[in-house]
Amino acid sequence: MMVNDKSIVWILKIYLLIIFVFIFMPIITSVVFSFNSDRFPSLPLGHFTWNWYDKVYYDSETWDAIRTSIIVALSASVLATIIGFCTAYTDFRYSFRFKNAYLALALLPPTIPLIILALAMLAWFSKLGISGQIWALIIAHTVLGAPFAMAIIRLRLQQMDKDLESAAWNLGASEWATMRHVIIPFALPSIISALCLTMAVSFDEFAIAWFVSGLNKSVPVVILEILQGNVDPQINAIGSFVFATTMTLVVIAQLFLFTKKPNNH
Amino acid sequence: MIFSNWLRRIDGYALTWRLPVIIWQVLFFLAPLVFMIAMSFFLVKNYQMKEAFEFVNWVKIFSKGYFWSSYGLSFGLAFLATITATCIAFPASYCLAFKLSETARRWAIFFLIIPFFTSYLVRTFSWYVLLAESGVINNIIGYLGIGPIKMLNTMFGTMIGYLTLTLPLVIILQTLSMASIDKNLIEASHNLGAGRVRAIFSVIIPSARIGLIIGALFCFILSFGDFVSPYYLGGSNPPTLPILIIDTTKSGQQWPRAAVIATIMMVTLMLVALSAIKIAYKKR
Repeated sequence: MMVNDKSIVWILKIYLLIIFVFIFMPIITSVVFSFNSDRFPSLPLGHFTWNWYDKVYYDSETWDAIRTSIIVALSASVLATIIGFCTAYTDFRYSFRFKNAYLALALLPPTIPLIILALAMLAWFSKLGISGQIWALIIAHTVLGAPFAMAIIRLRLQQMDKDLESAAWNLGASEWATMRHVIIPFALPSIISALCLTMAVSFDEFAIAWFVSGLNKSVPVVILEILQGNVDPQINAIGSFVFATTMTLVVIAQLFLFTKKPNNH
Repeated sequence: MIFSNWLRRIDGYALTWRLPVIIWQVLFFLAPLVFMIAMSFFLVKNYQMKEAFEFVNWVKIFSKGYFWSSYGLSFGLAFLATITATCIAFPASYCLAFKLSETARRWAIFFLIIPFFTSYLVRTFSWYVLLAESGVINNIIGYLGIGPIKMLNTMFGTMIGYLTLTLPLVIILQTLSMASIDKNLIEASHNLGAGRVRAIFSVIIPSARIGLIIGALFCFILSFGDFVSPYYLGGSNPPTLPILIIDTTKSGQQWPRAAVIATIMMVTLMLVALSAIKIAYKKR
């Protein structure tokens, strides 16, 4: 057995707790401040208010942004999940020349800083003539989301018995039928999970959105613009709303991610 | 038989799954980046961009003193953030990997994923309010008779922001790599008389090296490319490279010059990533 100094373990656990407090402090304070009456929050807190939520609720610009965000998040998540599924399945089943290059191409986007992608996409979309259109945003967020979708679905396929597919072929099923009746049902939890996560990614992204969205501002872009103005607790209200939305998506995603293998018969 | 099999795969089925990502990423990921590099050689005349192949923008940027001070600052800040995050994260990851139960660890990682999906902008705004001269933290230490301490618009502010962005990811990567170390290895080192500290330095860090370095690398990439913290918490004085890109693009119409800066950033990151990977995978 390892020598376990109780006191050291306790110090480590307290340290861990402090780290978690540091990480969650800004999230918790933003929710608290969203109900606080002071324009510039300080201690002691002012009184409870729905004021900031009201302001956001009656602001048509926010509603436009929410609509844009939802359209973009839904479309981008579907596209990213389709692309991610195709890539994950290819990686799962095939080996071929240049596979490493293929996977690098698929997985590289998260390693490029968003500000660089933002400039590159702004320039490229301007050249294609779609900059400022909602399409630009959907395309960009699909690029960002696809690697996440691919990773999640790949993890799920990893749990599948490779013989399952060949067994289906031996029983006379075509590749397409096998895909439909064996692989997609097996991967379904991860597909739903990927949909939610890529939606969350899209819902939160602000750098590229700020550059390419033009007048179709998404919610994070509105937050960024408020941030550039004065200190305004509306940010906390919008932020708490966005937080609630993405958290719901992430929790759903994780629930599906950790479901056990379905009992096939 | 094999050949016909191969032929059947070539048409249709295999390509259906293989092609989408290639087409999409080439069109909307590689092409923009390549175009951006090409754009760094374009000319701007009368607020109009002209396609060309001139080194004017490169010469302009390289000859500007403010660019180099921004470069040094960005690199230095990102490097500092990397060291800080790695060191601060290590004891926490160590605790998660070795001192907690499997269930507790899983919950901890679940909670560490949450910040990744909460708006970084909103979190930055929270820090802005917390760190301000008349903000909550100075309120609290004011009751103790200290302060007010200037935290906003300092390097400290920038670091807080960078850590907010990177710490969860660094801890996750460190924890996963340490949790996969064979516990027998550590026990063996104890049996051989190694103390706790010795075991950390001669068994745990070498075994978890890849995870530690990958975590550090992501921390560097994220900090180097972030414009929110150095702008809103660090005061942007002088600006970092991402802020320079924004200013050049948004106000100056000088996309080619912004492209030069972005290209230099990309090359820097590539070199950093390659050396990090080399260190991570070199033979001991």
